[in-house]
Amino acid sequence: MKARGVIGVFIAWVVIYLAFVLLIGHFRQQPFLTADNFELMMRQAIIIGLGAIGMSYVIMTGGIDLSPGSTIALTTVVVALVLKATNNPFLGIGVSIVVGLIAGLINGILVAKLKVGPFIVTLASMLIFRGAAKGFAHEQTVGSVPSTWIEAFTAALGKTETWQLIPKGAWVWLVLLVIMHIVLCRTVFGRNVVAVGSNEKTARLCGINVTGVKIGVYSICGIFAGIAGLMQVSRVGIGDPTIAAGDELKMIAAVVIGGGSLLGGEGNLVGAALGTLIMTTINMGSTQLGIANWIQEIITGLIIVIAVALDRYRMTRPAKIATT
Amino acid sequence: MLEAKGIHKSYGLTKALIDVSLEIRPGEVLAIAGENGSGKSTLMRILSGEEIQDSGELLLNGISYHPRNPQEAISRGVSLVHQELALCPHMTIAENVFLGQMGKGGFSPKQAEQKAKPILDSLGYGQLDPAKLVRELSISLQQVVEIARTQAVNSNYVLLDEPTSSLTKADIRNLFELISRLKSQGKAIVYISHFLDELREIADRIVILRDGELVHQSPMSELTEPQIIRHMVGREMNELFPRSERHLGEAILTVKSLTGAKDKPNNSSFQVRRGEVCGIAGLNGAGRTELLRSIFALDEVKSGNVSVGSSSPVDVRSSWQLGAGFVSEDRKEEGLALSMSIAENLTLPGRVGWKFSSTKNDESAKEFATKLRVKARNVQQTISDLSGGNQQKVAIARLLHSGCEVLILDEPTRGIDIGSKAEIYELIDGLAKDGKAVLIVSSYLPELLGICDRIAVMNRGVLSDFVPVSETNQEKLMELCVQS
Repeated sequence: MKARGVIGVFIAWVVIYLAFVLLIGHFRQQPFLTADNFELMMRQAIIIGLGAIGMSYVIMTGGIDLSPGSTIALTTVVVALVLKATNNPFLGIGVSIVVGLIAGLINGILVAKLKVGPFIVTLASMLIFRGAAKGFAHEQTVGSVPSTWIEAFTAALGKTETWQLIPKGAWVWLVLLVIMHIVLCRTVFGRNVVAVGSNEKTARLCGINVTGVKIGVYSICGIFAGIAGLMQVSRVGIGDPTIAAGDELKMIAAVVIGGGSLLGGEGNLVGAALGTLIMTTINMGSTQLGIANWIQEIITGLIIVIAVALDRYRMTRPAKIATT
Repeated sequence: MLEAKGIHKSYGLTKALIDVSLEIRPGEVLAIAGENGSGKSTLMRILSGEEIQDSGELLLNGISYHPRNPQEAISRGVSLVHQELALCPHMTIAENVFLGQMGKGGFSPKQAEQKAKPILDSLGYGQLDPAKLVRELSISLQQVVEIARTQAVNSNYVLLDEPTSSLTKADIRNLFELISRLKSQGKAIVYISHFLDELREIADRIVILRDGELVHQSPMSELTEPQIIRHMVGREMNELFPRSERHLGEAILTVKSLTGAKDKPNNSSFQVRRGEVCGIAGLNGAGRTELLRSIFALDEVKSGNVSVGSSSPVDVRSSWQLGAGFVSEDRKEEGLALSMSIAENLTLPGRVGWKFSSTKNDESAKEFATKLRVKARNVQQTISDLSGGNQQKVAIARLLHSGCEVLILDEPTRGIDIGSKAEIYELIDGLAKDGKAVLIVSSYLPELLGICDRIAVMNRGVLSDFVPVSETNQEKLMELCVQS
């Protein structure tokens, strides 16, 4: 993978983090670089971070998925209902994956077979999944979910657990990140994803099952939205059909900040994870600095513009082209 | 009068135009003839301001004329009508006629329609309702709209690039009438076409280009068709083409009554044997590319059957698996994924299993890149960094890597330097010697005559019989190409 791009994003994150260390140290006389803050950041990043893994795959093929926010909401509702009915956390986890997979398959099949742009297809499914979530939940939150160890995923670490460094859900995120990174770089499927995004016509010419690849990436995106939904349940303890609206845009932003190109063929999961951390850091730091919410949003928007502008600047200075 | 004096134009190392001088006179139809790539289009683009010459001078009525863009050319009265029409299908005829000429501020559809009416009248199409949407018109009427656009700005020089390539016989007749009208109004028309009988009928004078040079100009009536063809192709076959002794084996590619969408190809049948190189000549748009693509299952097949060895491929994947491989004519858009590495591009169709090791992949790619003498730092280099010739070698190496027995090559030497061309000819000869079958489409006749055993001609979707290369020559092939 292109290490240079990832290192750039990493440096950007460190710079932003240090900026907050200085600002908060100066204006609030508080330390920002603490174990507690680091843990808090990871807890806040889990949901978008997981979704951004799937989103990276979709964007890598040159596609887009607007539905993960709705899929998260739908998953929280279904998982909450299942937990209430069975009190079985394993079943809860299984159901979250299945719901995500079904949502992703629907997107993938429609995009690949209808040959309508993924923007339109997932705009429609965004509404459909959100509506389904509200229907299943009878337009209210699904409360009194029994307490299970699913809650531990996003809980703060206890006094005796500090050796784990970051919350369990964040470990889930990191492990899945590594696995999906390996899938992208070390399997033929992963390389086919990049090939389709790099040049779909070439991929077709070379006999790659373009339809299969597309269904595959939207399914992956759905599954990760499902897992993100599980983490959402873990965090708030209810099924909420109105939750996570707009999360898909944060995932897309994370991918773009991490060096992904919406034209496809470029980007990587580590970059997207760092993109997630950058947004979370801005969010957390601004809150502790006492900056109003609206300013945080403007800052995040500016970061996206800067990231894309830097990326374009990089692209317009290609290596020298031999002319003979 | 529009004059060009000593026009030169190069793209990188390719010389597109070399010292071309000509004049275009009012009230006259000037034909420009030449093979694909002879520089006709470049010349048109320079005259119409889409390109700027490297050196040389243009004069319009004796005054210096150096259009930096098409708008400037149009304002001086020079308009180019492209082969692919440039119209807005969702807008009306009137809106299209005055596109970009509607001035600023308010726009009245009524007024535009009223202004469009006399223009259409002057072209003999007064019955056409200017309020009609362009997408509802036939291709030939869309062309009329485009020509009307040149008259809306009062162009005195109308350049028509292959205007009849997608017209029926009856439409061609109407177009000729329209051209005669323009001529009688004192306009100058430049007419590019491959169809020599058309040129004979409509043109007063002819200019023939070959390899960017103007090789002949005279009144049309002074030349016979065979003479035109000789001027167009007229060069000796050089020593580019190695030809080892070829031993023909069994037929490995069989095409039976293959008909594609839009009847291109139209009911084509033939066989290619092991150890044989078969070529297909024809003009751009004749259906050669479509034939290759339907053989490879890349394009939709309406009817007919293709077999590679003993089985028939059902999709692109199975074509590769059965041992066929395809090189696209469009290297940049389709043939290669430009942002990926040499190794990734090279092994794309030939991967087995689900695991991918970039180290192993690089190794096997390296073997074939070395074999084809691809010049690059290493196989991880991004393919867009390579020269056209080296890119093309990677596109062909891909076929060898996946173990192809049947190589289907669409314009494999287009736009690459002469050195790489020679290497590719040598490679093709070597493959035939090894008992592989090669089917190749090319617009460059000497190349086909040089490397092929048998050649057929594709003309408007219909494929002729394959004839041994010893029984044909450039003139005969060109004649088949331009027959209408």
